[in-house]
Amino acid sequence: MLKIENLHARVEGKDILKGLSLTVNPGEVHAIMGPNGAGKSTLGNVLSGRDGYEVTEGSVIFEGRDLLALEPEERAAAGVFLAFQYPVEIPGVNNTYFLRAALNAQRKQRGEAELDSMQFLKLVREKLKIMQISDELLHRAVNEGFSGGEKKRNEIFQMAVLEPKLAILDETDSGLDIDALKQVAQGVNALRSADRAFLVITHYQRLLDYIEPDFVHVLADGRIVESGDKTLAHKLEEHGYAWVAERDESLAGART
Amino acid sequence: MSQPAHTPFVESLLTAAAPLAGQGIAWLDASRRENFDAFIAAGLPDTRMEAWKYTALRALGQRRFTFGDTQAATRQVDPALLALPGVDGPRLVFVNGMFRADLSRIEDLPEGLSLQPLSQVLAQDAESLRFALARRYREAGDVFARLNAAFAGDGVVLRVAAGAKIAQPVQLSFIGAAADTDLSWHARNVIELGEGAELSVVEQHAGSGEQQHLGTLVADTVLHDDARLQHSILQNAAEGSSLIRRGSLHLGARAQVMLHVLELGGALVRHDLHAELIGDEARLDTRGVFVLRGRQHVDTQLAIRHQARNTASESTWRGVADQRARGVFRGAIVVAEGADGSDANLSNKNLLLSTQAEIDTKPELEIYADEVKAAHGATIGQLDERSMFYLRSRGIPQAEARGMLTAAFCRSVFESVPNEALREHLSQALLAHLP
Repeated sequence: MLKIENLHARVEGKDILKGLSLTVNPGEVHAIMGPNGAGKSTLGNVLSGRDGYEVTEGSVIFEGRDLLALEPEERAAAGVFLAFQYPVEIPGVNNTYFLRAALNAQRKQRGEAELDSMQFLKLVREKLKIMQISDELLHRAVNEGFSGGEKKRNEIFQMAVLEPKLAILDETDSGLDIDALKQVAQGVNALRSADRAFLVITHYQRLLDYIEPDFVHVLADGRIVESGDKTLAHKLEEHGYAWVAERDESLAGART
Repeated sequence: MSQPAHTPFVESLLTAAAPLAGQGIAWLDASRRENFDAFIAAGLPDTRMEAWKYTALRALGQRRFTFGDTQAATRQVDPALLALPGVDGPRLVFVNGMFRADLSRIEDLPEGLSLQPLSQVLAQDAESLRFALARRYREAGDVFARLNAAFAGDGVVLRVAAGAKIAQPVQLSFIGAAADTDLSWHARNVIELGEGAELSVVEQHAGSGEQQHLGTLVADTVLHDDARLQHSILQNAAEGSSLIRRGSLHLGARAQVMLHVLELGGALVRHDLHAELIGDEARLDTRGVFVLRGRQHVDTQLAIRHQARNTASESTWRGVADQRARGVFRGAIVVAEGADGSDANLSNKNLLLSTQAEIDTKPELEIYADEVKAAHGATIGQLDERSMFYLRSRGIPQAEARGMLTAAFCRSVFESVPNEALREHLSQALLAHLP
């Protein structure tokens, strides 16, 4: 589904990703862990097409298409979803209106019929149940005045409505207390399926207690330096990121 | 030739020959003549004059306009152009400055409402307009008011009797219609609300066919004590046209005005809006936005004068400019000596959608009274890059995302329009105007 090969990316003239390779198949959950500054968020932003991230080398193929050649909205329509680390507040734009515009824009780009307001409302009701979100949030402006937990749940709710093929969760656990974390994880787990893949980017192992990954990768200094199953996350928790650096001599100078 | 050289614009007016309603009324002839002479003597101002600093009239000065449209009575106007959602009451329609009975609705007016074209009042009861029309404009910047005074032969005369509450909104439509030449038309509105009267007015400027006419409108509105007015202006004039509007508002004690302005059309638009809060506790709420594209130039000049105690004004203005458009906003508030306990708030925020667009804003506040609460602020910015990416990352294409964010930016201007259908129409018109 997703094949990243030797990806190099630069932000404001600084090399951040330095040869990252990763293959994700449908149904798989991959966790990307790593210390601050390793390039975790850059990976999410490059994949979703944010301005200011310059790819200098390498390729990203998503379902046979060159993902890097697509505009952000085209990537979304192709099935890529980024749950933001810091969801943006957009005063004046109603949450429901926004979500319907997004879903219909994607459907239109895919050549599918747009949903009318009745059909959309029915879909939203179904998804609200899964996410245990109060419909009061739907009547407010996008993320405006939402608590940290509400913002993250709103991201997962959007994901539930948009039904992407590949969901990238960028430090979705940051700033959440344990109850909010569980709710978010529940939402994600409800959306796991044989044809949907997840890339879970996180600093801490904590989230992975609730979203069980098939693979864990350690990102350090812009590259994946260690891959394994979920036990790798526990080792990291135990030994810290310094442990990875020691095991990989080429990383001796990297930040830990 | 010993005469000073006139610009083609002024020359074309010197030879204007169309007959004017009210000709032969001595005081009106004299007023028109004096204003005309004053206009000719001064010519068009240049940008050295403060009031015209950001709006150059050089290009206008090089153009010629034929005054008056001999075929105004028969020009075709699509009825759909005049249909405004939520507005189906009395209506006066003017085409190229001339009253069109066939397009208007003035039968069975509600009790207390008097609504007539100015041309008709001049023929029947000119004396009742003497105070409004026998006026000399003396300020150097009043160029177009003089021109209007010299040439306006039609317009709206609207009076609401004391205590009358008119439920249906009154529609006033000024339509520029395509003609063989570039025309100039000049209209004059006189609106008066008696003590305790209530009225809502929807003023429409629209174009029927491509044209580059010049229209001027001078609209004076007087509210006696305790009167209330809702006034919405939808300016969607033809793309190539020029429109100069000068509105004045006089508010008596406890009178209240809520004004909404949406400026979308026109190549060159100047809107002067002068409000005077003359009676104690008068309240004025003005909200407006211009949304510009192409090479449009729109200049809004808001001047509010608090003259009495415990008066309040709230001004919320937004500007959006895309492509190579240019917007100008000046908001000048004066709290005069003796207007103690008054509140004045002015907020002007602007959005530049292109690097070649320009907006100049100048809020001014002068306070000569005591215990005044006043605040003003102006900003110019761009669309938030993070918000744009957020919307696009969800699949919303760039143009649509820009529209959503721009509409959100302008939202505070319209959310207080009480007529829901009209409010929706205004925001749709705004969205449709975005490139």
